Amino acid sequence: MTTTVTAPSTAGGRDGRFADAVRDDASLRRFLHGLPGVDHVGVERRAATLATRSIKKESKLQALDMAISMIDLTTLEGADTPGKVRSLCAQARRPDPDHPDVPSVAAVCVYPDLAGVAVEALKGSGVAVAAVATAFPSGRSSRAVKLADTALAIEAGASEIDMVIDRGAFLTGRYGAVYDEIVAVKEACGTAHLKVILETGELAGYDDVRRASWLALLAGADVIKTSTGKVSPAATLPVVQVMLQAVRDWHRATGEHRGVKAAGGIRTAKDSIRHLVAVNEVAGPAWLTPELFRFGASALLGDLLRQRRTQLEGHYADRDHIGGA
Amino acid sequence: MMAWDYAPAPESAALANLKPTYRPFVDGEFVDGGGEPLKTLNPATEEVLAEVGTASQEDGDRAVAAARRAYEQVWGPMPGAERAKYLFRIARVVAERARELAVLETLDNGKPIRESRDVDVPTASAHLFHHAGWADKLGYAGLGPDPKPVGVVGAVIPWNFPLLMAAWKIGPALACGNTIVLKPAETTPLTALVLAEIAADAGLPPGVLNVLPGAGDVGAAVVGHDGLDKVAFTGSTDVGKEIQRRLAGTGRRLTLELGGKAANIVYDDAPLDQAVDGVVDGIFFNQGHVCCAGSRLLVQESVEEEFMELLRTRIETLRVGDPLDKNTDVGAINSRPQLDRIVDLAAAGDAEGAHRWTSSCPLPERGLFFPPTVFSGVEQTMRVAREEIFGPVLSVLTFRTPDEAIAKANNTPYGLSAGIWTEKGSKALWTAQRVRAGVVWTNTFNRFDPTAPFGGYRESGFGREGGRVGLEAYLQA
Repeated sequence: MTTTVTAPSTAGGRDGRFADAVRDDASLRRFLHGLPGVDHVGVERRAATLATRSIKKESKLQALDMAISMIDLTTLEGADTPGKVRSLCAQARRPDPDHPDVPSVAAVCVYPDLAGVAVEALKGSGVAVAAVATAFPSGRSSRAVKLADTALAIEAGASEIDMVIDRGAFLTGRYGAVYDEIVAVKEACGTAHLKVILETGELAGYDDVRRASWLALLAGADVIKTSTGKVSPAATLPVVQVMLQAVRDWHRATGEHRGVKAAGGIRTAKDSIRHLVAVNEVAGPAWLTPELFRFGASALLGDLLRQRRTQLEGHYADRDHIGGA
Repeated sequence: MMAWDYAPAPESAALANLKPTYRPFVDGEFVDGGGEPLKTLNPATEEVLAEVGTASQEDGDRAVAAARRAYEQVWGPMPGAERAKYLFRIARVVAERARELAVLETLDNGKPIRESRDVDVPTASAHLFHHAGWADKLGYAGLGPDPKPVGVVGAVIPWNFPLLMAAWKIGPALACGNTIVLKPAETTPLTALVLAEIAADAGLPPGVLNVLPGAGDVGAAVVGHDGLDKVAFTGSTDVGKEIQRRLAGTGRRLTLELGGKAANIVYDDAPLDQAVDGVVDGIFFNQGHVCCAGSRLLVQESVEEEFMELLRTRIETLRVGDPLDKNTDVGAINSRPQLDRIVDLAAAGDAEGAHRWTSSCPLPERGLFFPPTVFSGVEQTMRVAREEIFGPVLSVLTFRTPDEAIAKANNTPYGLSAGIWTEKGSKALWTAQRVRAGVVWTNTFNRFDPTAPFGGYRESGFGREGGRVGLEAYLQA
């Protein structure tokens, strides 16, 4: 079955370089399956080696601040309330009130119906509001519902949209359907940044991660994101490495910088620093900025702040000395 | 963009328990060798680490006599299960003292602590454990129901993996019931002597293991000694040929593991990012001081440009410097003569018209260092394509068809190892069957395991080390 892929303004990269690749389902399949394979032994070995980098002293302090500034502080629970979101926003603005030099986080990430609360609470702070949309986390709904979900978040003032891909369509090889949907959501986003969640834990291996990454980049994703946080495994180092290679290769091909967001399962400062090492050495130092690399996390910030105090004060800080949200 | 430099994370040199002097180990004790003492240097600083007593001809005679006596009276007749206990004990202590041995190895050799810690010492311990397990199962090695040891073994090992090579020789020799006289390299004798100390602490009977530090003259005396039954040598092809000449007609057994100029064949359907990592690992691991290093990259022309761009970007991330820094990827060149040789061969590459590219990473101001270097536009006739450089220098050739890749890969006097990178299994097998090399890795490189035999063809030597097959060299079948 060959479906015709709609060709929006961003089709096949913003300069149309990959227009042939996205012409129809068959072209997309040929292109994605023509990408270099990923050897799982090799990619896991490199990840293990990168994880042995010893980040100490000034480089650790720098990494902690970098990681804080890259966090999408997230609450995605059915039980979320405006109060919970406001308290998260307060922490996002000023993560450690005793240490005003701690940078604020990159964004607060919430469900669309709470985006308005976050926008209000973060006004003037420079912290962005991200909303998960498109029938998050499963993505199992009609295109119309997904677009309406996106519109709801945009109207509430969200400047970043985290969408999920249709994993069912991807796994059955209907790449054109996935592509079309990303393109449509991207258009609905307007000027808002689009992060496309691949939910790598539901894909079949690293080859799929690479193909899904490219599919999202072709369709205009500003950022490719590992996971919803609702599926395990989520952001593993080898998966993030493959995605970093995809944005690096995209940059080599087009000159454009696209970002990566590692979300789900990253709870400790140590873990986040390992991801930063991968960013630094796999994609390159140019990606060490909140524009191009994010952590999606709810519990990570607390450990980063504790480790930061430990570095400065020489002893471990009590959990209760840091304001948790 | 934020510039993020990794602060130095040095391992403590004090962990090495460095002593001012080390002495030869003969007949169960450390003795004052009769030879002229040598000084062993830290190649990262060129400072003296320790003074090491060397063996004289008389020490060699005593060591061989002690090994003979131990072989005939104690170790040879001992049941395999008993021999295993000693070997297990030694293997366990090597694992327990891993950190100390890793730091000592890095100080003496110049290799990054990351490698001595994560590769050399664990693999050495694994080899000892593996062979300890064989000691009481030799009847199941496929070499007859009750194979006998060959007798007294003389072993000479190189400076690139001092502890690991010692373990590779000691493990099978002792497991099979032989006794051994070991000569470590002149520039890296320390870990072999600590291994002797570990063996002594483990209660290994006197004479079973003897370690004779010294230069080439001591090595020549060891391999030429007529009291030996077998010689095992790992080192350069030139010395190997000399040993072979010397032993011809003596009836003594010989195994040689010599140089190499391995091809790493990258097909256009390879997992490119992992192939880049594998090529980097193949040539820059241990500063390229690896006999099976993938020093010739054969890349298919259709992906050459993309591959070389990825490769150079990746090499730029390698950190060259203080070997004790846990973040160092490429450490110091082991000795001044070796550095000179690398410099000369690289100059030959320039002179012959190859294009030199060098990583822009900063080098330390003192110590023996050579930056990661890649020669492209290399032709088969050039010295950089034919001679073993034994340093962080990669030569890049291209090919159009698999047949051409095979022809180029085999166009070398050596045949120790090869690498194949393709996602297509049939192509990997087709290639592996045609490459003349003792070890062929597919979609990986420089992987060592005590169960996998290792050894070469042609000028890379003969005989295998490791695995069931490796026992053959130490047994009378």
